[in-house]
Amino acid sequence: MPWVLRGLRDGIVTSGYPRRADGYGIGFRGAVRVLDPEPARTSGLPELCPTGAILVEPAEAPTVRIDRGRCILCGRCVGTRPDLFAFDPLVEVATSSRRALVVPETPEDDDEVLRIRVQLARRVRALRRSVHIRHVDAGSDGAEEAEIAALTGPIYDLERLGMFFTATPRHADVLVVTGTGTTGMADELRRTFEAMPDPKVVIACGTDATSGGLVGPSYSAGGGIWELVPVDVFVPGSPPSPFSLLHGLLLAVGLLPAARRSR
Amino acid sequence: MSAPQPVLRTTPGELAESVAAGIRQGGRLAALVASGRDNGSHVLRAILATAGRLAVIESSLSPGVEVYPAVTALVPGATWYEREIHDLFGLVPRGHGRLDPLVLPLADGAARPRPGASGAPGAVDLAVAGLPGHVTGEGVFTIPYGPVRSGVFESVQYLVETVGEEIPHLRTRVYHKHRGIERRFQELGMDDAVLLAERVEGTASVAHALAFCQALEALAEVTVPRRAALVRVAHAELERIVTHLDSVIRHTEGAGQAVANARLSVHKERLLRLRARLCGHRFGRGVVVIGGVSGPPLIAPSEAVGVTTTLERALRADLDALMSTPSFLDRLRGTGVLPAEVAGADGAVGPVARGSGIDTDVRAERPYAAYQELGFVARIGSSDGDALERQRVRLDEIATSFELVRHALGTLDDRDGPWSAEAVLGAGTVVTSVEAPQGELLYLVESNGTALVRVKPRTASFQNLSLLSEAFRGDIFTDFVFIEASFGVSIAGVSL
Ligand code: SF4
Repeated sequence: MPWVLRGLRDGIVTSGYPRRADGYGIGFRGAVRVLDPEPARTSGLPELCPTGAILVEPAEAPTVRIDRGRCILCGRCVGTRPDLFAFDPLVEVATSSRRALVVPETPEDDDEVLRIRVQLARRVRALRRSVHIRHVDAGSDGAEEAEIAALTGPIYDLERLGMFFTATPRHADVLVVTGTGTTGMADELRRTFEAMPDPKVVIACGTDATSGGLVGPSYSAGGGIWELVPVDVFVPGSPPSPFSLLHGLLLAVGLLPAARRSR
Repeated sequence: MSAPQPVLRTTPGELAESVAAGIRQGGRLAALVASGRDNGSHVLRAILATAGRLAVIESSLSPGVEVYPAVTALVPGATWYEREIHDLFGLVPRGHGRLDPLVLPLADGAARPRPGASGAPGAVDLAVAGLPGHVTGEGVFTIPYGPVRSGVFESVQYLVETVGEEIPHLRTRVYHKHRGIERRFQELGMDDAVLLAERVEGTASVAHALAFCQALEALAEVTVPRRAALVRVAHAELERIVTHLDSVIRHTEGAGQAVANARLSVHKERLLRLRARLCGHRFGRGVVVIGGVSGPPLIAPSEAVGVTTTLERALRADLDALMSTPSFLDRLRGTGVLPAEVAGADGAVGPVARGSGIDTDVRAERPYAAYQELGFVARIGSSDGDALERQRVRLDEIATSFELVRHALGTLDDRDGPWSAEAVLGAGTVVTSVEAPQGELLYLVESNGTALVRVKPRTASFQNLSLLSEAFRGDIFTDFVFIEASFGVSIAGVSL
């Protein structure tokens, strides 16, 4: 059978996201949620987490929070303290403020998020029509690239949303960065950022890019790419699922349908 | 559980000759690893793979001794290892010939990370200005490619050098992604270290967790429950299918086979979703734990077997169509030939080796997990050594892997019993190996019983990328995409 006909065989495989939630996305283990932020016993909680993502502060009135920007979704907290933590099927974990990755959020965080969101929206207003993306790997483990590549496939089909990968930074509106921000990529990353015309948006793709994750900072790995370039959107995950990435991209360019603009 | 290896001790002066002798007796240099000590001394360990086992040749350098006779002088396959050792430890293998920086270009006299020693090394400054290739002399043309490329790629830089009328030579620069992983292992407890192992090469998370856990299990002298071993095989083989498929997808992309590319991408996504349904993670992270696996599959094994069968049938039809598309095969045939002699002498591993007719597969040579019970037989390609043969090997292996997944899951019984054995951190040094999707993956793990002293993953990607330039001789640059895709290297695993 010729390829043209093979291509027609399965009909539409493309996800309906973001117009409607995707069934697979709903079933995905996307983030950790705090079930009980003020438990009777908080000792030993921070030590549970390999990346220091469990915060118990302040000392006078300890509240348990998860920093999703540090969480690598290892599941240890969920397994050890199911009374306090649970996996959320949430895939829309991207935020435009680093502080908003710490959940549950405080009212001040909410105000801050709103302020940043409005600023970002103002900045990307010019982009709306078609968006060109440049990817830079600044020290990933390689899995983030696999998930970004999945976005261009027929299931997530970035192009239906008017987004394309571009061969040159000079045509790029969005910079998607993976990895901790290694010393060996610092100059390259800054050069790419500077070569992009304004307005431009930077997405930190993954927990490593957000905070260094389990790997950084080290003698040659950074503690997140914000140390090197200004970040507009953080997409946590180790690696983030394609849906989370899609959510981050849409958030970055102000294309998220109102109903999905929760954060 | 694998027993610690036999260790032959020798002087630094005799190390090269001992390694050469081991190779004359049929061994293959699988790795050359250094470890730093707090008193300023170093240990060099050559790992030789011989029929059915790994052997270690060990040599100590006293404090202050920084020069030793290069192994490379007698064993060319040690070239990249000694460049790496020079970068990380500042040791100088005398007579190496070409000691250019590889994984971490530092200025002479700069402090080195010296994995194995304690303390936290300070941030490094890279000395890249003086690297060869930056200087271009008369009649020398250097075309750089990367580290940032158009599309979605890991960062690596290739330099194509043309000197006069000579055949272009390929240089590979891999330091950009260096993350300091080896030192990081030493800072972590053993359970956290497994999570780090999963992130050395993110597309081979299961293989890394498996090799590392096998080392800790050997040190702790525990045996993994049978059904945990079966689950390990199922996840390791699903990982192989996805990674091999990814290599094929990259070929179709390079050849402009848009429909094949789209269809294979859908199959790949469905495989990732199956993995997520089995364990909650698309890349199988969290499955392998020290002593076994984290728990039973999240869906009934019989259901997983059913899904696997459907997936394979659909995938097989598209792969068969692809392999009877002449315009596609023409691009691969005769492209990027890695001669069998080179692949053998320089220690190619995995599908790259098998595509040159070299009979090597850890699953058969040194069986682990449940491969023996499942009756695994390696598939070796012809000695063609081109991109096409490497692709054929991968397609054959995809079929074998599907069989193994079904067999392993189908053999799982639901009788009660633990999914993992209790293990505490044992003391000693051990080397373990698994067949990662990219090929033989080694872990050298040294523990003092309280902490991990030295953890060195030696990836197949490191080993095979060192041979990429051998496969590039004489090819035109438009073929490079196929050569690279057919090597299937994960850059994250090259400079750790
Ligand atoms: S899932 Fe793991 S990394 Fe995330 S908060 Fe829990 S313990 Fe920490």
